[in-house]
Amino acid sequence: MAYLELQGLQKRFGDVVALGGVDLSLARGEFLTLLGPSGCGKTTALRIVAGFEVPDGGRVMLEGQDITDVTPSRRDMGMVFQAYSLFPNMTAEQNVEFGLKIRHHPPAERAKRAAELFDLIGLSDARTRYPHQLSGGMQQRVALARALAIEPRVLLLDEPLSALDARVRVHLREEIRRIQTELGITTLYVTHDQEEAMAVSDRVVVMSRGHIEQIGSPAEIYGAPATPFVAEFVGTINWFEAEVLDGGRGEVDYRGTRLAVDAVRGRSAGERVVVVVRPEVVELETLRGGRAPEGALAGRVKAHSFLGAVTRLKIDMQDRADILADLSSTRAGAFPIGGQVVVRFPPEGTRVLNLPPS
Amino acid sequence: MSRSRLGPWLLILFGAVYFFVPLLGTFEFSLRYLRGVYSVEAYRIVLADPRFARTLTYSTVLAFATIVVGAALVVPTAYWIQLRLRGLRPVVEFITLLPLVIPAIVLVFGYLRLYNSTSVLPLTGSERATDLLLMFSYATLALPYMYRAVDTGLRAINVHTLTEAAQSLGAGWPTILLRVILPNVRAAVLSGAFLTFAIVIGEFTIASLLDRPAFGPYLQLIGANRAYEPAALAVISFAITWACMVFIQVFARGAAEQVAGTH
Repeated sequence: MAYLELQGLQKRFGDVVALGGVDLSLARGEFLTLLGPSGCGKTTALRIVAGFEVPDGGRVMLEGQDITDVTPSRRDMGMVFQAYSLFPNMTAEQNVEFGLKIRHHPPAERAKRAAELFDLIGLSDARTRYPHQLSGGMQQRVALARALAIEPRVLLLDEPLSALDARVRVHLREEIRRIQTELGITTLYVTHDQEEAMAVSDRVVVMSRGHIEQIGSPAEIYGAPATPFVAEFVGTINWFEAEVLDGGRGEVDYRGTRLAVDAVRGRSAGERVVVVVRPEVVELETLRGGRAPEGALAGRVKAHSFLGAVTRLKIDMQDRADILADLSSTRAGAFPIGGQVVVRFPPEGTRVLNLPPS
Repeated sequence: MSRSRLGPWLLILFGAVYFFVPLLGTFEFSLRYLRGVYSVEAYRIVLADPRFARTLTYSTVLAFATIVVGAALVVPTAYWIQLRLRGLRPVVEFITLLPLVIPAIVLVFGYLRLYNSTSVLPLTGSERATDLLLMFSYATLALPYMYRAVDTGLRAINVHTLTEAAQSLGAGWPTILLRVILPNVRAAVLSGAFLTFAIVIGEFTIASLLDRPAFGPYLQLIGANRAYEPAALAVISFAITWACMVFIQVFARGAAEQVAGTH
């Protein structure tokens, strides 16, 4: 039996369908992330689990019990919000002890638990400071400690890092993951940042417009995206439409050029599909002799984007869509802007998706 | 002084003169009790009058009661409006501004009609009950100021997030209001409180018609029969009110610091 289950959740706000039937289950101790652009329903789903929104349809089950109608203060869930939610009138320590105070824990016990948590988040020196005396990153760590103090059954995080600097974000997401693993607490995380989602999660749920597009491990949603939306949203991707030429040998026709794509084996000739290739998989060679060899395409480098370890090349493919290719920055020098190149898609590294319904 | 700075300084000077000259005039007049020499005789007489202490005490106690009742009414209301009933905000704002529009004399006649000895709730029947009525009428008079102050204070904090954070930790509504919301609108409530104090101390019409021994009617009584003592009283009242305003500044600054850093 799943630890936390969302069954057929539906929610509308006026005319807008925020959730159109969402089913999800979390195992105990799992770190699950809801990932998607603004408006996809991820925050609505989280707030329904927390009890701050009542769904129009569907149920929320925790350890087999229906908690859909339970008031938020009785759900025993810890929540970390995006906006700084620490109580301004209390010190960091008092904030963390708040949940325990409400549950009438004796002062000695509260202090002990608070000390443990401050140790865990690495802020033992800042216990007596007020929120306005703490940096953004420190405030979110205290908010995390406060949520964990009550030993909640589920930890909910609503884009906790969105308001922080990039460097702090990377550091803090690792901290969150470390703490979560150490405590083994079931966690539901919401973010629009796909890098963040993939870095910390056991599984990722990609959402769009109130529906789930794909559920899988970070490697799965990156390496084997199930829909064009997932392919485009997670990481960068090249994609184009092609027609299956030979379902036996695995070949497609891309605007007059025959390409080998293993993934179309088993499809019928004439079927139109979406071919997706990650930039790091694209192979480049300098073009010699004016024409591309069989099974490859010719193009001209039109831009370099230096990203540190990797350089992203944008290649103009004449009357086809631009192709992005990632090369290590040391290799990228061999393909200057304006140079002619041969572009190859390795047959086994290329994926194929069904054409989205128009 | 450069030409561009001269204008503002002249304006300040004009404002100061406009404000201080009548005060200085009153003060100077209050020192003239003994012919030919400046003395504080008028102040001595006022402060020695037992009625002064009695009425000032009465009004002060009433002011504190009004503040407590006013805050107890306004804080949960403004909070609930901000949290759940945003749409009702214009309606409530309109209602809270009504006391500014309706003259006190109309208010008190309305009270006398509603709560006289023939009504279901005969609040004018006894002294204590009339005190209660007076307190509620003061709470009404102070409503525009108290509501506006608290509403502004609530807007400065993230009411939704703080409420949800407290709820997720297991807090019920009383805990949220008393431990989370109220402490963070302390400055606002205090500024509303001191405005209430200033209103109650000087109020005349309702206290007089309900025949209660308040400071306002005492001021008027002295003013009608004496010459120098009213001037002394005016200066004393002004000093008390100004002390209140200083207190607001002191408390507001401390509390505002705490809230400001969390956005």
